[in-house]
Amino acid sequence: MSKNNNHPNETIYKPGSQVIVDMLLEQGVEVMFGYLGGVVLPLFDKLYDAPIKFVIPRHEQGGCHMADAYARATGKTGVVIATSGPGATNLTTGLATAMMDSVPLVAITGQVRTSLIGNDAFQEADTTGITRPITKHNVIVKDPNTLAQTIREAFHIAGNGRPGPVLIDIPVDMQLAECPIPPKTEIELPGFKVKSRGHGRQIAAAVAAINDSKKPVLYVGGGCIISGASEALRAVAQKANIPVTTTLMATGAYDQSRPESLDMLGMHGSAYANYAVQYADVLISVGARFDDRVTGKLDTFAPSAKIIHIDLDPANIGKNVHVDIPVVGDAREVLEEMIDGLEHRPRKEWFEQIAAWKSKHPFMYDKKTDVIKPQYVIEEVCRQTHGDAIITTGVGQHQMWAAQFYKYSKPRQFITSGGLGTMGFGLPSAIGAQVAFPDRTVIDIDGDSSFNMTLTELSTAAMYNLPVKVAILNNGFMGMVRQWQELFYHGRYSQSSLKNPNFADVAEALGCVGITVKKKKDVPGAVEKMLAETRPCVVDFHVDPTENVWPMVPAGKSLHEMDGLDIFEMA
Amino acid sequence: MKHILSALVLNRPGVLAHVAGMFAARAFNIDSLAVGRTDDPTLSRMTIVILGDDKVVEQVRKQLMKIVEVVKVQDFVGQDVVARDLMLLSVACTPEKRPEILALIEMFNGKVVDIGAKFVMVEVAGPESKVEAFIESCRPYGIKSIVRTGTVAMARQPRTKSEE
Ligand SMILES: Cc1ncc(C[n+]2csc(CCOP(=O)(O)OP(=O)(O)O)c2C)c(N)n1
Ligand SMILES: [Mg+2]
Repeated sequence: MSKNNNHPNETIYKPGSQVIVDMLLEQGVEVMFGYLGGVVLPLFDKLYDAPIKFVIPRHEQGGCHMADAYARATGKTGVVIATSGPGATNLTTGLATAMMDSVPLVAITGQVRTSLIGNDAFQEADTTGITRPITKHNVIVKDPNTLAQTIREAFHIAGNGRPGPVLIDIPVDMQLAECPIPPKTEIELPGFKVKSRGHGRQIAAAVAAINDSKKPVLYVGGGCIISGASEALRAVAQKANIPVTTTLMATGAYDQSRPESLDMLGMHGSAYANYAVQYADVLISVGARFDDRVTGKLDTFAPSAKIIHIDLDPANIGKNVHVDIPVVGDAREVLEEMIDGLEHRPRKEWFEQIAAWKSKHPFMYDKKTDVIKPQYVIEEVCRQTHGDAIITTGVGQHQMWAAQFYKYSKPRQFITSGGLGTMGFGLPSAIGAQVAFPDRTVIDIDGDSSFNMTLTELSTAAMYNLPVKVAILNNGFMGMVRQWQELFYHGRYSQSSLKNPNFADVAEALGCVGITVKKKKDVPGAVEKMLAETRPCVVDFHVDPTENVWPMVPAGKSLHEMDGLDIFEMA
Repeated sequence: MKHILSALVLNRPGVLAHVAGMFAARAFNIDSLAVGRTDDPTLSRMTIVILGDDKVVEQVRKQLMKIVEVVKVQDFVGQDVVARDLMLLSVACTPEKRPEILALIEMFNGKVVDIGAKFVMVEVAGPESKVEAFIESCRPYGIKSIVRTGTVAMARQPRTKSEE
């Protein structure tokens, strides 16, 4: 890359803006997302000639979600740029979203020049101060000598260990200063050590407990997707003969068409997964963190189970539940080390019990009615895409239905904001995934209110000819809020409905295809049309506004205390 | 229960904010926090006193370790440590009361660092309990002002068990 390569040991100096671009290329960055502004102009000037694909969102939040979804879809580190002040503050929701779901992201923000910092200069914000709790790490560059290495370290920290967003705040004078590029060496950070191999004795204890168990359950979290553990997971589950339940974040980590798949557990998980956890004698948690939406009431979670917890982040272990056998390590590496010691057990009674729960309480809805049930739309989308699309979502009922009624078989196929629960994530994340995989079918299964939050990004999809699909399950409500108001606030629907625009018209106005579906019989045709469309396409499905997500473990109840099971039987 | 954590952190701007922010965000209760340089100019030492059961403190320790600038964290619980606070205290003191108060200061191994017609400023260092006891002893005379550092602590080497 260097022009003066006749002296290989001589440090090269370049303007900071060029150093940033060189470092991005050194890290293998092919695509980035971001928005302009005064203090990032030197950087954008260098990006003008750089062999990096650039996507400009309509709002920095959208750009951050795009970079996030690009990372979730590929496993690579996403990159987003924003200017100082409002540009940086607009990133915050995106950073917090990525932080909660452990997504590797590098955010570069411009900053006012160092001599002005602290003076309330135009478009100055304390970006590192604001983003400290919502980034894995952040740093402001105040010395040109540190710029290059800081960027290398940012990628190292973002992508290694438990991944997360790292923000680098770069004052404009640093972009203009001559900065050295030291030779690339192994990164040594005294405070950042990753231990990925599990402890041999702990692994042996886990294997012994599993071999001794009669009613084991594998409880799998997003860590399995991050570490690429799906293969190892399948090998463990099949060799030892163990049923597998996945959290929302682990959707797709285990092929849902397999008989030992219990689908999702938790507040809106399957009855059979929740029962299995409650009756298990050994619970093997892999890359999951015992979130309250998963465990329900903690004291009565998996009450008779010995708990094995495999996690890369030691802070996750023992945070919420007492763990009998902790194993600190990478999910894939630990599972691979376990395989040899595991023995096959028939567990006939256990699987019979599970089969009985499965046939008694499948995910269900009223299929006979004339109104469009949201679940029906998802099943139809799943059928026509052969369960092979990348699905993104907003947050709410539609998100839960997208997890329940689409059947996933591969990791990185389902992209959703699990930890933070960020409405508006659906469309920008679909765009990010589509940028990563231009030839795959990417569908945002969205809610009307969630879609309203970031629909401006339709023009981004149109501008870059990205054929993303948006299937709005339009119930005219903040449906999940409405459901809680119905169940816990005596049906007092305080402020939970919006007057929506005609979404098809909005789509057309923003350069996309818009379709409205009001009749059940038109659903299959509309889905077909949507899938065939080469332009970005929005289909506004007017679905039953009264539909609720079942089953439901009300907040504070135990996992087996699900409501809505009888509603299933009636249907 | 009270725990003393000793953290070695990078000597960089923002680290204190990061550590303090983490405590606030996770609702951990800090009793005191003392920061100072070490013999290595790139490192600082933070001594953090927290109240909580073992589970909470273990979580604090792990969360501290996750901060990239935090290099090492030790929990001194159950160890033989020397823990010290430093205090400056100004107490009302008329010339008549002087002998009485000076005797008190001597009892506590304090040092007079400033004196006026109506007050005396004292420096007292020692275990927290001693510092507290000195404050109580001064109270009847009228305390004008108190400034205290947080606790700093160091573990004793097992083989050099000398007296405190
Ligand atoms: C940014 C943001 N604001 C508020 C919420 C709280 N919230 C959770 S679900 C929901 C309603 C979502 O409505 P919609 O997108 O229409 O989805 P539905 O539940 O109707 O399927 C709200 C307001 C949130 N998760 N995110
Ligand atoms: Mg809705």
